[in-house]
Parts: sequence; C-alpha cells; structure tokens
Amino acid sequence: MATIQVTGENEQHPDVALVDRARTGDVLAFETLVNKYDRQIFRIAQHITQNREDAQDVVQDAFLKAYEKLEQFQGNSKFYTWLVRIAVNESLMRLRKRRTGKMVSIDEDIETEEGSVPRDLADWSPNPEQNYGQAELAEILRKTIQGLPHGFRIVFVLRDVDGLSTEETAETLGLSVPAVKSRLLRARLQLRERLSRYFRKKKAGEK
Amino acid sequence: MTCTEFIALLDELIDDTLPPELRSQLQDHLRGCEHCEVTLNTTRKTIEIYRSHEVYELPASVRDRLHAAIMARCRNGC
Repeated sequence: MATIQVTGENEQHPDVALVDRARTGDVLAFETLVNKYDRQIFRIAQHITQNREDAQDVVQDAFLKAYEKLEQFQGNSKFYTWLVRIAVNESLMRLRKRRTGKMVSIDEDIETEEGSVPRDLADWSPNPEQNYGQAELAEILRKTIQGLPHGFRIVFVLRDVDGLSTEETAETLGLSVPAVKSRLLRARLQLRERLSRYFRKKKAGEK
Repeated sequence: MTCTEFIALLDELIDDTLPPELRSQLQDHLRGCEHCEVTLNTTRKTIEIYRSHEVYELPASVRDRLHAAIMARCRNGC
C-alpha cells in the first residue's frame, strides 16, 4: 500500500536537483536555472550599477561564475541566494570601476535623517498608480528608487521586491540582521515620502 | 504609545511578525492617530506598487543574446 510521506520542512527545493545535474555536466539543467533567475539578477544588477550595459554584463558573469563554482556550492543556503551574492559582488565591482577612487560598499555608513520621521502625511487616492500610463509609472518608480542611498535601495529590492527573508538578505549582503531591518524601514519610509509627491490626493482647487 | 514608537515598529506590523499583545497596542494607537494610519497605508501601497511593477525589463532580444553567450561558454567548460 502506498504511503503518503509528509516531507514538510525537509522537502527538497527543486533547484537542488538541477544543481546536482548541472554539476555532473548537464548543461540543460543549468540553462533551466538561467531561465528561471536571469530577470531577477538583471533587476538587482541594474538597481546597484544604475547602468544597463553593466547590468547585462553582470547577468552573464554571475551565471558563468556560478557555473564554474558549482562544486563550491554547499547547499546549506538556497541556490538563488548564493547566485544573488555573486551578482551583488559583481555589480559592486563594476560600480567601483565606474567611480574610480570612490569606495563603494553595501556596508557603508549611511548618515541620513530623511525617512526617520515621515513628513508628508497627505493620504493617497486608493489606487494612485491607475492615474498613470505604464511607461510613465515605470519612470516615476525608477526616479524615486534611484534617489535612495544604494545601501538602502539594495535592501529594499532584495527584501520587498525579490521576496528574500530578512535573514537571507543579511546573509547575501554580509550585513547583520539589525542593519537590514534598520535600512529596510528607512528605505520604505523614504520611498513612501518620495512617491507622495506624485500620489498625494489633490486638494480642491489644486491642478 | 507615541508616533515615533509606532513608526519604529512599522515594518514588523507590515510584515506581520509582532506578538499579539504588541500588535494590539499598535492597533489602539492607529484608532486615534490619522497620521500613522496614513503612513501605514501608504507604506503598504508603496511596497505593493514596487512588487507588482517591473522597473527594469530585460528585453527579449538582449535576453536571448545573453543566454546564447552563457550557454556557449558553459558547453565549452567556461
């Protein structure tokens, strides 16, 4: 009689089998991983480098480096977070090249009071994004997030857009959990504040 | 609870990671504070908008080119 096994927490992530196959030279298994994660890696790289060509190079180099180093992948973290860590390092390297002489680090001390206490307390209409065309909205979102210090931006992208946990974000960026939490709060509040300039409800008589 | 104390716990409230008694303290504060209610709702909306709209698309043609380059190198042992 067949028994139903409750695997629960021990259930293997589908990437594990793909990584195992890729390790034995199954290139198609690795291609499946590329197909699965390339858009996210591009997004992360673009948010860090702020440069399209650099972000494309990061996608290519991060996957190639991951393929080369598959043997070193321990499997005690998810393949995706391991891949993101490679991509973040590649992105920072490119950013440093463009800003020669300037130190660039996720761990840099960010001294800013902005975002600690919300100032714009105007409410938004229920779905403010509906007042904009897709391209216009994307431009607003890009401009707004580009204005954040990059140490805040990358925490917000990994945690809120990409859906990594606080612990995974900390591990990926080499930050402490309290540092991730503090940056996430300030990033969320600053973004909210900046979006308010576009999305706040217009008062009667305002254009 | 002051507004500053409320804001300090805003992330935990949004991420639903607060113990029940603290959560109910925050909800009590919300009932009497329109500013914090607006901040909570618009911060939630901020996250939702960024989550549901792709800011940086990877065009299909670029994606194809990158895939071809990656896979060619992998087939040749990088």
